[in-house]
Amino acid sequence: MGRIQLKNVTKSFGETQVIPPLDLTIEDGEFAVFVGPSGCGKSTLLRMIAGLEDLTSGNIEIDGDVATEVPPSQRGLAMVFQSYALYPHMTVRKNIGFPLRMAKMEQAEIDQRVETAAKSLNLMDYLERKPADLSGGQRQRVAIGRAIVREPAAFLFDEPLSNLDAALRVGMRLEIGELHERLKTTMIYVTHDQVEAMTMANKIVVLRAGVIEQVGSPLELYHKPQNEFVAGFIGSPKMNFVKGPEAEKYGAATIGIRPEHTDVSMTEGAWKGRVGVAEHLGSDTFIHVHDTGLADMLTVRVTGDISVKHGDTIYLTPQADQIHKFDTQGLRL
Amino acid sequence: MAIVAKPSRFSKYGRPTVAWVVGLLFFFPIFWMVLTSFKTDADAVKPEHLIWFTPTLENYLNMTENYDYWRFAKNSVITAVFATAFTLVVGIPCAYAMAFNPSKATKDVLMWMLSTKMLPAAAVLYPMTFLTKSAGLFDTHFLIILVLSLINLPIAIWMLFTYFKEIPKDIIEAGQMDGVSTMGEIKEILIPLAWGGIAATALLVFIFCWNEAYWTVRLTTTDAATLSKLIEGNRAPEGLFFGRLSAVSAAAVGPIVVLGWFCQKQLVQGLTFGAVK
Repeated sequence: MGRIQLKNVTKSFGETQVIPPLDLTIEDGEFAVFVGPSGCGKSTLLRMIAGLEDLTSGNIEIDGDVATEVPPSQRGLAMVFQSYALYPHMTVRKNIGFPLRMAKMEQAEIDQRVETAAKSLNLMDYLERKPADLSGGQRQRVAIGRAIVREPAAFLFDEPLSNLDAALRVGMRLEIGELHERLKTTMIYVTHDQVEAMTMANKIVVLRAGVIEQVGSPLELYHKPQNEFVAGFIGSPKMNFVKGPEAEKYGAATIGIRPEHTDVSMTEGAWKGRVGVAEHLGSDTFIHVHDTGLADMLTVRVTGDISVKHGDTIYLTPQADQIHKFDTQGLRL
Repeated sequence: MAIVAKPSRFSKYGRPTVAWVVGLLFFFPIFWMVLTSFKTDADAVKPEHLIWFTPTLENYLNMTENYDYWRFAKNSVITAVFATAFTLVVGIPCAYAMAFNPSKATKDVLMWMLSTKMLPAAAVLYPMTFLTKSAGLFDTHFLIILVLSLINLPIAIWMLFTYFKEIPKDIIEAGQMDGVSTMGEIKEILIPLAWGGIAATALLVFIFCWNEAYWTVRLTTTDAATLSKLIEGNRAPEGLFFGRLSAVSAAAVGPIVVLGWFCQKQLVQGLTFGAVK
């Protein structure tokens, strides 16, 4: 079981309040991702759940029991750190078995659990190695192994993939996703990468300056962002925003249109502009369009390859049913 | 061709020369002391026997037979070993707390500890003597161990604090998440990871304890008297017997020089560790 509730939680460092009063419930078995720009308080929030950071006020409940004053070692949660935080003086076997040894489990049981975990993480060949002799991906798997052997109430991941190279990151993302499918244990995952959030989460919590901007499933956030911040943060490339008379036509202060929801033509369309840089990815082409008179730059995504040159005139037409409208406060209309 | 920096002539020849000169300068008193310890008291003051003399073991035999060298040596070993152990037992948890759970006052506490080293020992000589005598602790091992521990704790805590600071906080926190108690964390994670630094600290404290003279001379008479007291005792009222004094000094310094020699790698590593990440 692992239902985690934050009730009226706040955090201040000295005079600075980094987390204003905040309520959040993470249901048992959910994969929740805290996402937001750096400095938004997402890691602090995770560390507060872990018990590594004190609360200034409010309460944290784990499975209905108040855990606010419970030390991290007694909360029954496991954490995977960005830096892996393996014990450098222990072999992989000792690292993974460490929490079990601390729980005074019998050696035979420890060995068996360590091997089960190592098998599932492809670490069988490395059990006698020290962390220094492992690659980044292997180290991260050891850190995950150390977390899973304990069968914790919930896993906490603090930007676990940011030290890995791009290819490895995609692989590990899938592994963590599969782990969740297999274990069905609550996972809370902190990242600044909205792609990780979108691909892994059941529930995304978008944070800005310690405030929850929106909580929802990935597709809810994509299709119905509550405000301009969420609209701009979720989705890649970023949503285009247009203000002024063009937005007023739609009865809004600002309209947002995603790059993939804009039709492109070289001959006619609603908005006229000039091609800046075109990024050819093969499967898609991202065209950055200038001089539209609407915004500094608009980005459009075209499926497949399209041959445009720097300086070409281009016409864009937003898909009418995909336009997001926001009021002067940036809230969704 | 690529342009590369060439070593200057100074760094090739000058530096080693300077290093050797400084090294020999430091070593000379030890060398002279050992040399003198093999001279008779009469030869020791005669200029014609400065280098050429008939070596004798008389001083050393005299020391062990008439001055009970081994009792003083035993006291030195006992007090230095226990004081070092006590210093570490108190210092490690203390430095751990300050390194990983610092409060606003941590910096001040550290400074305050260091400031105790700035107090001239002579300033508290009278109260110390008076207190220890009235408490019945004068000339006991317990007192010397306590005093040696207390005067070395500040420097030990400072050193340990610096080494512990080098350990990534994540690893300590990972330990907490893995269900380790505070003592378990010190035992399972901190000590193994900071082993080099702890060993260097222990060595240095041991050397300081061994060499301590001010308090050991003044707070002991016979029962807990250490080798410093033996040297002091040979500064006899009949005049200075250089041969005998040198033998006693050499025998007092000897063990620590040998220890230092064998542990020099550990020491240098420990003392420079932290300079470069």
